[in-house]
Amino acid sequence: MSRAADRRDWSGLFFVLPFLTAYVVILIYPLLRGMALSLQQVDLFGGGRFIGLENYARLFADDVFIRSVLNTFALALMIVPLLTVIALALALALNRATRGAAVFRGIFFSSSVLSVTIVTLIWRFVLAPDAGLLGETAQALGAEPIPFLSHPTWSLWALAITTIWWSIGLPMMLFLAGLQQIPGDIYEAAALDRASRWTTFWRVTLPGLRRTLVLVIMLQTAAQLQIFGQAQLLTGGGPGGATRTMVLFIFESAFARWELGYATAAAEILFLLIVLITLTQYATTMRGSEDDGGR
Amino acid sequence: MASLELSNIRKAYGATPVLDDVSLSMEAREFVAFLGPSGSGKSTLLRIIAGLETLDAGEVHLEGRRIDQLPPGDRGVAMVFQHYALYPHMTVEENMSFGLRNARVPREEIASRVAEAARVLEIEQHLAKKPGQLSGGQRQRVAIGRAIVKQPKLFLLDEPLSNLDAALRMRTRVELAQLRQRVDAGVIMVTHDQAEAMTLADRIVVMHDRRIQQVGPPMEIYSRPANSFVARFVGSPAMTLAPAEPVPGDGAYARVRLGDGTEVETRVPRAGLPATGPLQLGLRPESVTVGGADGGVTTATVELVERLGDRTLVYTRLADGLEVIAEDEGNSRLQMGETVRLSINGAATHLFDADGRGYHAEARPE
Repeated sequence: MSRAADRRDWSGLFFVLPFLTAYVVILIYPLLRGMALSLQQVDLFGGGRFIGLENYARLFADDVFIRSVLNTFALALMIVPLLTVIALALALALNRATRGAAVFRGIFFSSSVLSVTIVTLIWRFVLAPDAGLLGETAQALGAEPIPFLSHPTWSLWALAITTIWWSIGLPMMLFLAGLQQIPGDIYEAAALDRASRWTTFWRVTLPGLRRTLVLVIMLQTAAQLQIFGQAQLLTGGGPGGATRTMVLFIFESAFARWELGYATAAAEILFLLIVLITLTQYATTMRGSEDDGGR
Repeated sequence: MASLELSNIRKAYGATPVLDDVSLSMEAREFVAFLGPSGSGKSTLLRIIAGLETLDAGEVHLEGRRIDQLPPGDRGVAMVFQHYALYPHMTVEENMSFGLRNARVPREEIASRVAEAARVLEIEQHLAKKPGQLSGGQRQRVAIGRAIVKQPKLFLLDEPLSNLDAALRMRTRVELAQLRQRVDAGVIMVTHDQAEAMTLADRIVVMHDRRIQQVGPPMEIYSRPANSFVARFVGSPAMTLAPAEPVPGDGAYARVRLGDGTEVETRVPRAGLPATGPLQLGLRPESVTVGGADGGVTTATVELVERLGDRTLVYTRLADGLEVIAEDEGNSRLQMGETVRLSINGAATHLFDADGRGYHAEARPE
């Protein structure tokens, strides 16, 4: 290669340097630092002591940690499919140019702008068995109120419902954007092809939304595996650790028991799980769909 | 038996009328072109026949059956969309068989119809591909194939050639002409391209301003335009409409005087013309020639010369400022700015009254 070409190649780097610096300092460095930290025993006083993989070994033997992993997966499995289906249904219902649809789009999106504190406060009022909306309604009907915040299974559902209500806005908007991308004349062709509404949905709409669907599921899975605020504020991980999620476990280890190395090791496992799961999702859903792009 | 019968169709979008009392009758296996400028209502009319738009008043009958109340899929029509509207995630074969599967046609029947259509359209090697892997012309064929396999009573083509490049458009035009020989159904094609309409259609329906202006075979539309809109819209370059005054006389045919004093003896019977009121003389380029045996009837200045090879179009201006397009031989040596003598073939001229209605030379006895 000539010297001129050599210089051109490297001059490009100069332009991305500002971004690269920030990227390295606030992402790559902490990532590596975290990995290093997970191999140490660190507490509040003084530096760490290298202990190899001992933190990881302890984690895999820690029933509280294992329980938190299972809780997190259970929550993701409860939230992601329901959230996806509801968001898609809402988008299909509100994908029209009427004033009413615009108002409802705004209403359904509005919950997303609330902070997790307010969301959990609202849902405490709804779910509390003795004084909440659902509890009072149940009592008025003469039924036993569901112990949403004190029963191990129901409290997971309480977290799931709160989360779905809170995060429905973004996936709905993504689906709406996806629906707008499907050209109208394809629906007209389907009408002339005698396709029923159901056939049209399965054979025209859903394939047209494939990329959006994959995106929503991947984003939501990654987000819900990191569920934290709702668990911390609504149930505090209880009853008896039934709703302790992985991030809550990490938080408690780091900032309640000050076992920084131990908490970081748990965080590394969470990171690895999210990467593995989203990559698997991407690989399985995107296979053989490269040529769907054109019309 | 009439294939398609449109009676008194009206349609408005809100307060804007788009179709006003449109009626039309199509013969069996007829190829009809809806020709008109944008906004003339031709596409709306096609979509009403397809069932993609509702009508406000009127009825649509296809082979004796009233279809305007039926959903699009039950009408016995197939449509080729302007942008093809192929299903992007289905293969060519699935695209073509989708409608048949929805109609519960037996599997073997579907296979044979798709195979036959693919053979006719020469897309057999593309059956397993998806639309995204095909060129524009190939997609067009798939869209036509999807219509053919349904064996409809009527094909609806919405500007079928407008998305193709010039060379492909000519080829596809020929193919459409061949195709219509093979299918046992009527065809309606919407177009704003008069050459397409002239070459393909048995009859042309010229639409403008929410109404049908004229219905007739291509040559009739060209040589006997019903009104000044049709006269100007069909034919390229457009017919010149020259303000003209009737010259009193007692001959059988009308005689008119142009603004520069030139008198033209037409072949339009004097009897049918309105007694009073201004007229317009319609001159197609081929009825005005440069020079000529008699030395011409008037003088004009050449403003632009268009050499088309086989003939030359000469844009001239008469003494009174009227622009007239004349024709000269292919090897014309005329230059811009030259003064020339023009001959007008009165037998090939047309007259239009104040309302734009056309009057034409008597049909020559055969």
